[in-house]
Amino acid sequence: MTAARSIGGTILEVDAVSLAFGGVKALTEVSFDVREHEIRAIIGPNGAGKSSMLNVINGVYRPQRGTITFRGVPRHGVNPYDAASSGIARTFQNIALFKGMSVLDNIMTGRNLRMKASFLEQAIWIGRARREELDNRARVEAIIDFLEIQHIRRTPVGRLAYGLQKRVELARALAAEPALLLLDEPMAGMNVEEKQDMCRFILDVNAEFGTTIVLIEHDMGVVMDICDRIVVLDYGRKIGDGAADEIRGNQAVIDAYLGVAH
Amino acid sequence: MLYREAGQFKSTYLADSAIFPLRQDRIAMAVLLAIAFIVVPLTATPYLFSAILIPTLILALAAIGLNILTGYAGQLSLGSAAFMAVGAFASFNFILRVPGIPILVAFVGGGLCAAAIGIVFGLPSLRIRGFYLAVATLAAQFFIIWFLTKVGWVTNYNSSGVITAQPIVVFGYRFDAPAPKYLLVLSIVALMALAAKNMTRGNLGRKWMAIRDMDVAAEVIGIPQMKTKLLAFAVSSFYCGVAGALFAYAYLGTVEPEAYNLDLSFRILFMVIIGGAGTILGSFLGSAFIVLTPIVLNVTVGWLDASGLHVPASAGSNLEVIVFGVLIIFFLIVEPLGIARLWSIGKEKLRLWPFPH
Amino acid sequence: MQFFFEVLIGGLLSGVMYSLVALGFVLIYKASGVFNFAQGTMVFFAALTFVGLTEHGLSFWMALPATLVVMVLLGLAIERAVLRPLVNQPQISLFMATIGLSFLLEGLAQIVWGTSVRGLDIGVADEPIGWIADRFGLNISKFDLVAALIAAVLVAALAFFFSRTRIGRALRAVADDHQAALAVGIPLQQIWGIVWAVAGAVALVAGLLWGARNGVQFALTFVALKALPVLMLGGLESVPGAIVGGLIIGASEKLAEVYLGPMVGGGIEGWFPYVLALVVLLFRPEGLFGEKIIRRV
Repeated sequence: MTAARSIGGTILEVDAVSLAFGGVKALTEVSFDVREHEIRAIIGPNGAGKSSMLNVINGVYRPQRGTITFRGVPRHGVNPYDAASSGIARTFQNIALFKGMSVLDNIMTGRNLRMKASFLEQAIWIGRARREELDNRARVEAIIDFLEIQHIRRTPVGRLAYGLQKRVELARALAAEPALLLLDEPMAGMNVEEKQDMCRFILDVNAEFGTTIVLIEHDMGVVMDICDRIVVLDYGRKIGDGAADEIRGNQAVIDAYLGVAH
Repeated sequence: MLYREAGQFKSTYLADSAIFPLRQDRIAMAVLLAIAFIVVPLTATPYLFSAILIPTLILALAAIGLNILTGYAGQLSLGSAAFMAVGAFASFNFILRVPGIPILVAFVGGGLCAAAIGIVFGLPSLRIRGFYLAVATLAAQFFIIWFLTKVGWVTNYNSSGVITAQPIVVFGYRFDAPAPKYLLVLSIVALMALAAKNMTRGNLGRKWMAIRDMDVAAEVIGIPQMKTKLLAFAVSSFYCGVAGALFAYAYLGTVEPEAYNLDLSFRILFMVIIGGAGTILGSFLGSAFIVLTPIVLNVTVGWLDASGLHVPASAGSNLEVIVFGVLIIFFLIVEPLGIARLWSIGKEKLRLWPFPH
Repeated sequence: MQFFFEVLIGGLLSGVMYSLVALGFVLIYKASGVFNFAQGTMVFFAALTFVGLTEHGLSFWMALPATLVVMVLLGLAIERAVLRPLVNQPQISLFMATIGLSFLLEGLAQIVWGTSVRGLDIGVADEPIGWIADRFGLNISKFDLVAALIAAVLVAALAFFFSRTRIGRALRAVADDHQAALAVGIPLQQIWGIVWAVAGAVALVAGLLWGARNGVQFALTFVALKALPVLMLGGLESVPGAIVGGLIIGASEKLAEVYLGPMVGGGIEGWFPYVLALVVLLFRPEGLFGEKIIRRV
């Protein structure tokens, strides 16, 4: 399945990133790379620093040390806005949708960076403002079709079931047409059917749009099946990195997951 | 039965994103506008114009302003009246000091001054959230009114503190009588309401609501927090500023700081919350409710008095205050999301009526 | 220098009075997240009820418990009739409801007891204390000092109530996390009722002191506007914050009025506390003692 895509050069390079909150070290000297078009997983026990890693990549947290290089541009720390404009989109572990808005509006916000009309043009609702609204609506409808959520277009997201909310959040991230998509536990709390659907969507996004994906997931079956390479974190340090088979045989990883007598 | 969308298919996103996608709504709006622009001016009494229609429209405009800030962008403000005062006094000074300035340009200038001051008092919103932000807007409320009272230049060294507003003259026509004043106010309010609707239904409105619902997530998808919030403060204050100028020139006939006290700020906030936060329609409904309720209560007390039940004057005014308070609580309990929400529930019901299923 | 200290001490003592009103806000906000704008009107309501009762022939010591009962019942009634139906609604709707409530109470109190301005004598004169004036040459009002002492006793009693009693512990649990408190079997609504009743009692103390100082009149409701910057400065859910905030606002307001006011034409008491609170909030967005809000995604 993955053979059809041609995995390219490095798109994201994480170099010796360290992050601490007060005295608590969340990440210590973590380095890894992500290649274009691949699906990369970050796994590890609870509290290993996986979400913190994503937060560093898209600028929610600023690391004390280390560099993130995205598409050849090295950065010591970015803010979320810059990360978004440079083509990074993400979903959150605890769904971060805009509760008071409809599904359609939520997904449309994903395209806000592509809408340039000033507030005056929008107030008069002619020319560029209207054209942008309609063009972007068409793109969003394509994503709605792709993720099979046509029937809930007008529903306020607060009323949706958990699994659907996760899907809407993915749609909002996709609407930005990102070069790099970060997914924080996209399948947490889902039943088997929902997980299968989500796996299918992730693989389709990767195959059809060529989007590079970094995902955090606890379901080892899923990770081993859909990911090209895996980073393993434990207590904020990288303890493993490689393809599924290598990770399976890695003693440090087995210890971290199964526990080891001290 | 009558109110339903069956058979109305939209083949373009343009039609789907119209303000009134349903034919029935478009017809209703056209009828409403026809009544407001043609029937009312021909039939209404001067009392109706000056005591009800004009203040309702002007305060609805202020409520739209506050709704943009609080209902859409989620930033609580208790100082709308102060921004109205800025608009009124700035307009006064433009007319006074710039010879030959058209009065409508002066109103826009007043709105722009209010917008500038709004941005200044909006800056703290980048750090302060929720009820704590109320302190910034209350500071605006008390400081601005104090400033307008204390600094002689802004009142043209008027000793009484109450300035008679200059007459409204547009292209040589003097808006003196209630009916023309009403039409002028109606036109301005209708245009600005349309503009507000356009802003809030498009990308800008979505950005504001995103900041309101979850500002961290908004930033992650590329919505710049500072720019979006400050734009909300600016647009909101502009609306309040123009409303304040109209309030002085088309309603009160005077320009005075005391008219824009904290009480007015609260009334405008009531309009937003009772009408429906995050809806333009709600601003009008809320304004009508807040303007009409005291009048209805006052008339009722007078009627009770006349019908033999003696009500002492002080008890009458206290009774009004009590009923007003109770009504507000009642409305909030019945529908915390405002009258506009009741309206949309009503429309849902109407789709099925008269068949229950 | 002597004048400076007089102003400073006078300001600190009146600051304690602000704290007293702010305390009522804090109690309710802490327990239920309701920003109770009607606290100022409750102060007025209590003072007016007390004066009304004494005018009907009750002695001071009879009217006091009677008014206390009225205030406790009022608090319970508000919780039951206004707040309970609005549980889980947006905070701003609750806030608006309390503004509606303040209209209701204001009308109610005046319809029952009339609108005339009345004096209230609690037996302490507003005059300089002799021996302090003699020894230090400072004019410190006896009334202010007694008021501050009463406030201090009340704060100490509340602190004891919160830290040492079962209800106090339950209340702190509710303030921390409603859901978790419910899960361990704390009766949420009962706690809210108690908090409103206590807020009513605090309003009574504030009402007596403020009424005795300024006369019992409608303007008493405006003490809420004095308490707001105190609250914001100290932190919405902090009892120590209300105290320290009150002292800071009281002292700085008086000093500003005396030393800064003449330069800009006076009357700055109205906005100075708000601007001061705003400046503090810019550095500490949750107030001096407020809980730091950690925003997560």
